[in-house]
Amino acid sequence: MKIKGPKEFWAGLMFIAFGLFFLAWALANYQMGSAVRMGPAYFPSVLGGLLAVLGAFVLIDAFVEEGPKVSRFHFRPLIMILLGCLAFAYTLKPLGLVGATALLVFIGAFGGNEFKLKEVAILYFVLVIFSVLVFVKGLTLPFSIWPAFME
Amino acid sequence: MDIFANLALGFGVALTPFNLLMCLIGVILGTLIGVLPGVGPVATIAMLLPITFNLNPIAALIMLAGIYYGAQYGGSTTAILVNLPGEASSVVTCLDGYQMARQGRAGPALATAALGSFFAGCVATLIVAMFAPPLAEVALKFGPAEYFSLMVLGLVAAVVLAHGSLLKAIAMVILGLLLGLIGTDVNSGVLRFAFGISELADGIGFVTVAMGMFGLAEIIANLEQKGEREVFTKKVTHLWPRKEDWKRIWAPILRGTFLGSALGILPGGGALLASFGAYTLEKKVSKYAHEFGKGAIEGVAAPESANNAGAQTSFIPLLTLGIPSNAVMALMIGAMMIQGIAPGPQVMTERPQLFWGMIASMWVGNLMLVVLNLPLIGMWIKLLTVPYRILYPSILVFMSIGVFSLSNNPFDVLLMGIFGLLGYVCVKLACEPAPMILGFILGPLMEENLRRAMLLSRGDPMTFVQKPISAGFIIASVILLVIIALPALRKKREEVFVEET
Repeated sequence: MKIKGPKEFWAGLMFIAFGLFFLAWALANYQMGSAVRMGPAYFPSVLGGLLAVLGAFVLIDAFVEEGPKVSRFHFRPLIMILLGCLAFAYTLKPLGLVGATALLVFIGAFGGNEFKLKEVAILYFVLVIFSVLVFVKGLTLPFSIWPAFME
Repeated sequence: MDIFANLALGFGVALTPFNLLMCLIGVILGTLIGVLPGVGPVATIAMLLPITFNLNPIAALIMLAGIYYGAQYGGSTTAILVNLPGEASSVVTCLDGYQMARQGRAGPALATAALGSFFAGCVATLIVAMFAPPLAEVALKFGPAEYFSLMVLGLVAAVVLAHGSLLKAIAMVILGLLLGLIGTDVNSGVLRFAFGISELADGIGFVTVAMGMFGLAEIIANLEQKGEREVFTKKVTHLWPRKEDWKRIWAPILRGTFLGSALGILPGGGALLASFGAYTLEKKVSKYAHEFGKGAIEGVAAPESANNAGAQTSFIPLLTLGIPSNAVMALMIGAMMIQGIAPGPQVMTERPQLFWGMIASMWVGNLMLVVLNLPLIGMWIKLLTVPYRILYPSILVFMSIGVFSLSNNPFDVLLMGIFGLLGYVCVKLACEPAPMILGFILGPLMEENLRRAMLLSRGDPMTFVQKPISAGFIIASVILLVIIALPALRKKREEVFVEET
């Protein structure tokens, strides 16, 4: 058997995996109840089963109909963007807005096609000043501005 | 007439200086973000949602509605000038608007879009004011069975309008429903699918999901594309349409407005269907059909009026039934819930000020858009020339701050990252995220109503087809699914969406 529609193939597998996971987890951990008094497992397991069945149909489609290829995954933007956001979130408390934004902007900018240090540095200064004024001073979000060791 | 008393009440609320200011800020921010290439209204609203948290409910909703119109208007500006639709509903505007810009007629195209939208906005506001109260009255009589069936119909309609594969769209809805169930089950108090993570007890915030699936995933996907875009900045001179333009646009604006208003009310409808319908209709009836696709001004006037009309009338199902008809309305529901308002027919009777204030502010927002945008167009154009490598880190900063501030917890940002990853995978596999967001919002509501309906009927599922209104919804859903699954129509639907992309 030849996979004719790679997008359908992987999408089908993804849906089956999600469906079976929710179905199995619900059945294993929560009470099913009855149709009259539905337990916490009832709705999710029905939906999970339905999702797995639909996924199977999508998968079958992949062997029947020609479809476009899955275009290449670009790992650099993907990883840099996600990494930048996480770095921001987990350093906001210790490093303050000034430090955390630096990590986000520089790591994030590294995920793009060009990286010009000077330009990114200027962008960072503008963004930090703007964020401090709008979010901390204006909207009074409880963020510290400077890193904890500097205060 | 009651309407006038009600509208007067609404304008009384909307025209207070504070609410006017909120509306203004919303419209400006919405346009500002919406005009940025590659940022659609859903991402815009999700991004700006946190700034409304500190406001009172009325001001917050007025501001959000302003953001929505602004974003939509900004989207058509990018469509005309850069041939880059900010969202699906301005795709058709690209066809003729961009051609007009290439011929040096970007000004009239932009003015037509603004004026058409304004006219449509006025009419649609009246329609909302007329039709929402009787509908809400009907909806007050709905029991759990009716609600469940209505949600099924809404989700089915949303699926039919999604791009690409029908099966995948249904699967995305169900995935959304499942993800919506994460958190504490209200009936039993059991913590579901939390995997021992205490932050998941209240479920996943929909802002987090929307920002990940739409915001982050969009940025990552945009970064794949290289190459400069052609922007027509210097050619925007004569803004005002010429005399012969006026003669050509008034009828399309009228037709677009009425078609758009009608289509916007349908569940799953809204701006997208409206603009497509209007463009197709115009192509059929216009004397200038041969010019379509080559810069016909009707091709801008009709869909722009229609999508604004549709955008507004899609508030009808939201305000009366509490059912979102598209991803933007799903965000609005989420915003209402955060403000402690349970969306549904009771909003109108219990909080008339909120209800009518919001309707009146729709008109005010539209007026502001016209008054502001025509003179400010030069500024918006400048924004278009900002390179993406400057834009996206800024967007990242605002999104991260916004999501972090939801509960002052880095965990939400982590979740946003996970949904960003899921969203990127979905882009790669051609699975639409919009149906998933709808499912995500409706998941808990659907389960709740299903449980209640089944309890009332003592476990007999026939209750959904025995009650006439509920049966009507179910039959409509089945008919929709059957129609769309028919081979001939399926092909036609695929063609429509191919034309779009």
